[in-house]
Amino acid sequence: MHRLLSHLRSPIFWAKTLQSALLCVIVVAMLGAGQTRYNRVGHELMCSCGCGQVLLECNHVGCPDSSRMINELHTQLDASNNDTAVLNWFEAKYGAIVLAAPIRGGFDNAAWIVPIGVFLLATGGTFVVVWLWKRRALSLAVANPAAAGIPAIPPQDDALRERIRRETEY
Amino acid sequence: MPEFGSFSLLLALILTAYNLVVGGFALWGGSASGLRITRIPEATWNRLGETARRAGIASFVALCCAAFALVWCAFHNDFAVEYIRAHSNIALNPAYKFAALWSGQEGSLLLWAFLLSAYGCVLRVRHRVDMRLSAFASTILAGIQIFFVLLLVVAAPPFSIAPGPVAADGAGLNPLLQYPEMVMHPPLLYLGYVGFSVPFAFALGALMMRYPGEKWIHITRRWTMVTWLFLTVGIFMGAHWAYSVLGWGGYWGWDPVENASLMPWLTGTAFLHSVMMQEKRGMMKNWNVWLIFSTFLLTILGTLLTRSGVVSSVHAFAQSAIGAWFYTFILIAFSVCLFVFFFNRDHLKSENKLESLVSRESSFLFNNMILLAACFTVLWGTLFPVLSEYVQGSKVTVGPPFYNRVNIPIGLFLLFLTGIGPLLAWRSTSLRSIRRNFILPSIAMGITAIALMIAGIRPWNDGDEMQSTLFSLVAFTLAAGVITAIVEEFLRGANVVRTQTGKNIFAAIILLIRRNTRRYGGYIIHFGIVVMFIGIAGGAFNQAREMEMTAGSSFNIGPYHLVCESMTQDSKPEYDTSYAILDVYRGGKYVMQLAPEKRAYFAGTDHEQSSTIVALHSTAQADLYTVFEGINPDSGLPIIKAYLNPLIAWIWIGVVFVVIGTFIALAPNLVRSAIRQRQEELAPTGPPAPSLGPAVLAKADHA
Repeated sequence: MHRLLSHLRSPIFWAKTLQSALLCVIVVAMLGAGQTRYNRVGHELMCSCGCGQVLLECNHVGCPDSSRMINELHTQLDASNNDTAVLNWFEAKYGAIVLAAPIRGGFDNAAWIVPIGVFLLATGGTFVVVWLWKRRALSLAVANPAAAGIPAIPPQDDALRERIRRETEY
Repeated sequence: MPEFGSFSLLLALILTAYNLVVGGFALWGGSASGLRITRIPEATWNRLGETARRAGIASFVALCCAAFALVWCAFHNDFAVEYIRAHSNIALNPAYKFAALWSGQEGSLLLWAFLLSAYGCVLRVRHRVDMRLSAFASTILAGIQIFFVLLLVVAAPPFSIAPGPVAADGAGLNPLLQYPEMVMHPPLLYLGYVGFSVPFAFALGALMMRYPGEKWIHITRRWTMVTWLFLTVGIFMGAHWAYSVLGWGGYWGWDPVENASLMPWLTGTAFLHSVMMQEKRGMMKNWNVWLIFSTFLLTILGTLLTRSGVVSSVHAFAQSAIGAWFYTFILIAFSVCLFVFFFNRDHLKSENKLESLVSRESSFLFNNMILLAACFTVLWGTLFPVLSEYVQGSKVTVGPPFYNRVNIPIGLFLLFLTGIGPLLAWRSTSLRSIRRNFILPSIAMGITAIALMIAGIRPWNDGDEMQSTLFSLVAFTLAAGVITAIVEEFLRGANVVRTQTGKNIFAAIILLIRRNTRRYGGYIIHFGIVVMFIGIAGGAFNQAREMEMTAGSSFNIGPYHLVCESMTQDSKPEYDTSYAILDVYRGGKYVMQLAPEKRAYFAGTDHEQSSTIVALHSTAQADLYTVFEGINPDSGLPIIKAYLNPLIAWIWIGVVFVVIGTFIALAPNLVRSAIRQRQEELAPTGPPAPSLGPAVLAKADHA
């Protein structure tokens, strides 16, 4: 029981819990769907007029493509309940460039996996690096307290630490 | 005048080359003389270095003349100059004629070179702050400047003469650029881009000369902050321009050119945070050097992306075939950085190690990693179409859906770190301190989340819109926590000051800020960023309606009722315009009249170019944003699109706080002023006391 309580008091425990909770939120958020079907699929497509805007946001006067494409979108949504089939239809007609994001599978998956991987690696990597540095600093402190630059302040002296923090930080 | 401009550019090239070659030679000679490798006395090398410094200052004058010549040509409608013919016309408003300087490629490269020489001139004039380090930085800046001046002389000359007879009128400025903010946005963005060259030059110079200590960081701190501020304001001014002019209801489209400005901002922000660790604890030296190297290289990469056409962008007016020049320059700059780092890396050994996972240092490290992850995501998304074409043989689009899905969670994590970072102590944070600092923000977050859910923000009920509602709920909740933490820090400090001085709370807050401008300026910047996040999170609740309108017809959007009063057409010297007059009512009460407009510019061209002038009613709660979309060719009726964009104004308000906070952080501390006063008092009675020299002042500044 005492061990459990001391575990609960540990800042590392809370930091880990917080990180796990945040990760869960991010994963849930990234899995979420969005908007009504017309809006959702319309925002997954680009206007083919060359304006570089999402189909439902293209607002050029007399745009030669957006009205026709929006009509095609309505037709395809009525004809099929499968969003992927609708997107495939547009891709077959206009080419992969019509899709607002790389969603065709294969190499397109790399577009999604790599940034998420880098994000997780950055977060996890930082934890590992800090943990390693901390371990090295502690082992140095045990071997040679003066060389490790460990202060003469007892770690439990929170008030003094707090005062030093107040007086020295930016 | 074009001849004068061309001559000025040639002169600038010669002076910059002299600065680079002779400056570099003098630095080598100075070092060699010190080591007794050469018999020429050090004073001779110093005199040679002085001539290089003066050549650098003179290159600024030459580039001033070149920029003046181009503006003069624009104001005098000299259509013999191809650049003026392509980007100006007789009827163009004088303010936009001035803006012609950066409206096209050659002009914007000239602006780049001019701003770089201006920054260099300030550095060279203020060389006494550290003569040897300034000489290194000056030579490195000359190396960057020579690339741009060479580009102007050889590949993109702004004064080239148009073939054939002189045109009677010019093609005019792109209508989308004929907007007041466009006179400010590009120069501010360029001031930001170019400004990062200065801390880069100091960092590279300090590494080359194995400069002891962290003084180069103290010298460049203000440069970096001012540059960062220019870039921030430039980016958001561009966003505001897109919001006000493009008429699609948004402000950020994740276009490659927008991304190009965001990437150095992200790494620059990371650098601003991590240098504090180097100043404070002598840590992260390798990291900081590479952060500023990356920031500089990203500014050049951004220019490459904008200019080369390697990725397709809506900013097509800026594209051309000078990509090879930029590839070469990036390669050379990267090689130099790598070479200098490799040979001097032992000089960058960390003086301390991280001691705790829960400390200010680790929060900075996390902040840096997340900012870099966001930067990588933007770079990856920008370059993925090129990569995909190489691997799969077909180009793909990486648009807003990709960036929003990947970057929003990263942004929320960053917001979380913005809140907790300043609450943690250096070295290690005790459990008691965590409990005391986090209790109020946690309560505020809990109350906000519950209140928002009661008010109707319930992701689980929103079905298809669950994701965006959840993001907003998380953003608002975190924002409440961060704001509470910031307010708590201010109040806690002010209470101490009040106890010490007996002043009232407002006076105590002002005194607190003046005593530590850097810390409390930083908090105000964080507050501004949080306010901006709130504005961005409001985007989840955007509404839009589109309707063909006749006089007297009306429709509702959110709490507003819009009635079409009339539709009018008008003709101006540069354009024809059609606009609708809409009366806006809220709760049955008349609010205001809006007149969304569509302009058709015809100046100097054989085809019309259209431009949207948005009409909006902005409040802190929401923007009512109306667009005249055009006339339906079938019915002949005007199409009006209205958007209700909640909390958008918070984004622009947040930027104002960021600007105020940066100015405060740039101001000297009250303590420093007192030392200066004492120094001034001592000055008449004798030479300045050594203990009150610049080192002490710098130390006091960072205390």
